[in-house]
Amino acid sequence: MLEITSPARVEHLERLIQFVVGHAEKAGFPIHRIKEIELAAEEILVNIFNYAYPGLEGDVSITCRAENTGLMVEFSDTGVPFNILDVPDPDLTADIFDRKVGGLGVFFVKEMADEAWYRREGDRNVLVLVFDTHRQGAEGREPAGDVET
Amino acid sequence: MEITNTGKEKDYFIVAVAGRMDAVTAPEFENRLLDWINGGEIHLIVDLGELEYISSAGLRSILTIAKNLKAKQGKIMLCALRDTVKEVFEISGFSTIIPVSESVESAIKEI
Repeated sequence: MLEITSPARVEHLERLIQFVVGHAEKAGFPIHRIKEIELAAEEILVNIFNYAYPGLEGDVSITCRAENTGLMVEFSDTGVPFNILDVPDPDLTADIFDRKVGGLGVFFVKEMADEAWYRREGDRNVLVLVFDTHRQGAEGREPAGDVET
Repeated sequence: MEITNTGKEKDYFIVAVAGRMDAVTAPEFENRLLDWINGGEIHLIVDLGELEYISSAGLRSILTIAKNLKAKQGKIMLCALRDTVKEVFEISGFSTIIPVSESVESAIKEI
């Protein structure tokens, strides 16, 4: 199965994550990297659960595609227009009382994924993460912007 | 996720957390620790040796607990972080704002 759709609610988190993990395993990623992929997926999904459909019900869809160079995971929802990649990084040096946790999730996404893009397609938010099999390093990459897929 | 009190040492209440701390399980972690804290345990050592995974939801809960304890002049120490959990703590900067130790034994020595 290459695509899964589910109500955007936290009780579905495990099932949705398992879908992504299954594809990551098939793509041959080592366990350490699979945990990073899991984390990125959770952060995107939880953000959709919390913010995409205020006061409403809605769905989230995930498509996975294995490529020669790795795995492409596409998350889409029909919620409010929102690009999670625009959220600024949290202040990582703030002390305990000043620390705000907003932005931490998307920060992890940018650290764990090799590439990340957002596009608005009609009434859908589409967020694409790419995980390279041979990753260059632990640093997050800049979103690639306009990309031909 | 399993949360168990595995002992008490020099007034420190030792809690072991096993499994995953994600958006589903993090609230349970927070509630269990708050129960102990409200019962008077304000010095905690949290053994994460069996914790396989943590997300920002888990970090958020740990931060809530740490702030709660600080307001009560209490203290929390985390220990035995491994693999991805350790990586998450380091890249988020959390390992510099919450005391982290290699093991329960070394945490107890630091008290």
